[in-house]
Amino acid sequence: MKIKNLLSVLFAVVIASAAAAKTVELLNVSYDPTRELYTEFNQAFAAHWKAKTGDDVNIKQSHGGSGKQARAVIDGLQADVVTLALAGDVDALHTVGRLIPADWQRRLPHDSAPYTSTIVFLVRAGNPKGIKDWDDLTKPGVAVITPNPKTSGGAQWNYLAAWEYARRKLGGDEQAKTFVRALYKNVPVLDSGARGSTTTFVQRGIGDVFISWENEAFLALKEFGADKFQIVVPSLSILAQPTVTVVDKVVKKKGTAEIAEAYLGYLYTEEGQDIAGRNFYRPAASEAAKAKYAGSFPQVELFTIDAAFGGWTKAKQAHFADGGTFDQIYQN
Amino acid sequence: MAALATTSSTIAAKPAPRGSGPRVIRNPLWVRVLFMGVAFVFVAGFLVLPLAAVFTEALRKGFGAYFGAFTDPDMLSALRLTLLTAAIAVPANLIFGVAAAWCIAKFDFRGKSILITLIDLPFAVSPVISGLIYVLVFGAQGWYGQYLNAEAPALPWLQQWLIARDFQIIFAVPGIVLATVFVTFPFVARELIPLMQQQGNDEEYAALTLGANGWQTFWYVTLPNIKWGLFYGVILCNARAMGEFGAVSVVSGHIRGETNTMPLHVEILYNEYNFVAAFAVSSLLALLALLTLLLKSLVEWRAQKSGA
Repeated sequence: MKIKNLLSVLFAVVIASAAAAKTVELLNVSYDPTRELYTEFNQAFAAHWKAKTGDDVNIKQSHGGSGKQARAVIDGLQADVVTLALAGDVDALHTVGRLIPADWQRRLPHDSAPYTSTIVFLVRAGNPKGIKDWDDLTKPGVAVITPNPKTSGGAQWNYLAAWEYARRKLGGDEQAKTFVRALYKNVPVLDSGARGSTTTFVQRGIGDVFISWENEAFLALKEFGADKFQIVVPSLSILAQPTVTVVDKVVKKKGTAEIAEAYLGYLYTEEGQDIAGRNFYRPAASEAAKAKYAGSFPQVELFTIDAAFGGWTKAKQAHFADGGTFDQIYQN
Repeated sequence: MAALATTSSTIAAKPAPRGSGPRVIRNPLWVRVLFMGVAFVFVAGFLVLPLAAVFTEALRKGFGAYFGAFTDPDMLSALRLTLLTAAIAVPANLIFGVAAAWCIAKFDFRGKSILITLIDLPFAVSPVISGLIYVLVFGAQGWYGQYLNAEAPALPWLQQWLIARDFQIIFAVPGIVLATVFVTFPFVARELIPLMQQQGNDEEYAALTLGANGWQTFWYVTLPNIKWGLFYGVILCNARAMGEFGAVSVVSGHIRGETNTMPLHVEILYNEYNFVAAFAVSSLLALLALLTLLLKSLVEWRAQKSGA
């Protein structure tokens, strides 16, 4: 009897703790480098919402490699909104999870990408290996740090940027494949997310060049001092569009649709755009914020994934699906 | 497994009377110095040094910053969740471990060896797999999710009840508890089985012939005989329950202030360049481990003294 009582008490504790957590709150499932951005943005939105409606909102965050995070949401992580690294990962919420409609990307301005970024190189102070462009990453003796494209969104942007550079310069997909293969021969560690790679390069001191989100590279300069690292801008890079969406099935169940939409909408306001710029993301919507931060971002020729690869669905199929080019070059 | 069995038999073995055994085997001096040197360097390099590093890094910016790390609400929530998880997982495995060891050591039945193998399973599989098992079973795409979405489920009232309460298993507290119970499953049972087998059934038979019922026999005869081994198993089980990373990481969902345990919180702090706080929380986990070791030595010492 005692044991039975004990068990029922424990069971009640579990249920109560699960139920007690269900207050007015929003869960934002995001990718790796947005930690600092959303810490600041969440505070601003909570103040805005309080002023507008009088309600308190408590926004919880979860961060990890973009592909891994999408998988968790599909497996049942109760995200009200996802703010992931690329449209391809959000697409999986529709194709695999049936959580959002097919036309999700048309629901918000600028293809649901309130801020953009690009891919740059972070090198050690003085650039001892003389890294200037993508070609230098394939040279023997240069150790390159980049995360695993299977789990990290940033790594997929990296991969596609290198591919397109080689295709334009060397003339075709076969040449591009050889080029990217040579590049990945120089990669000693494949972390699962962008932040893991940053720590590998910055903290553990592994590698000569880190192919990084622009925002992540600026953050590393800010955190560790501009005297230790420097940013090298390649001649060509990709326009990276991290995309956001409300997860329809979850907000319908939780009754949080209105606040979740307001939350994402706030990313497009002047204040939201300013916070993005301050955290080294390129504002996409506000002209004022664009002008304000224009000087802090390097000028670089950018191509879009739609123009070069025909969109994420095609790019994923060709390069990152099982048996795609990444599997082919990495296995042999 | 062999290591665990050996520890329990050392606990159980009565100390040999002095002078009656063979004298200590004498090895040449250089052999002893070499072996002691190797052992000492190894312990210093692989255990003491990292432990010292954790504390120096944690105190790098002084005691103010150190204690500041423990006032963060996310940290307190992680601590609460870790304690709650251990408070459920340890008693559950205590009850199961005693019951399983009792069955295996005192009775013969069909499928006994299968049961023993199954108990060892969590030791054999990687913790990541343990976590994934639960995602596959209880995830939205798994059996549990299919059950919740089924048109005509078995036990419709249960489905209604679960949906009405929005009962989440994965990416919530129940999943973390389940994963922890799974990885700490063998500790108590594995500790008790060899001990109980070694003790045999004689004392229980005596009690039964003197008129004790089954419950009395267990409570007054079996339990006192195994109490030190039981303590030892519980301590190890608790240490692992608080420290588990891999399995919990898979089922957690990493929601700050909600489903992060202390080991997961350390990773987050480290990845956010918040090194002092990361090492401060690590030092707390290290202190818990040291406390566990102290308790363990105390238990071993008491066990030897009482000769049981």
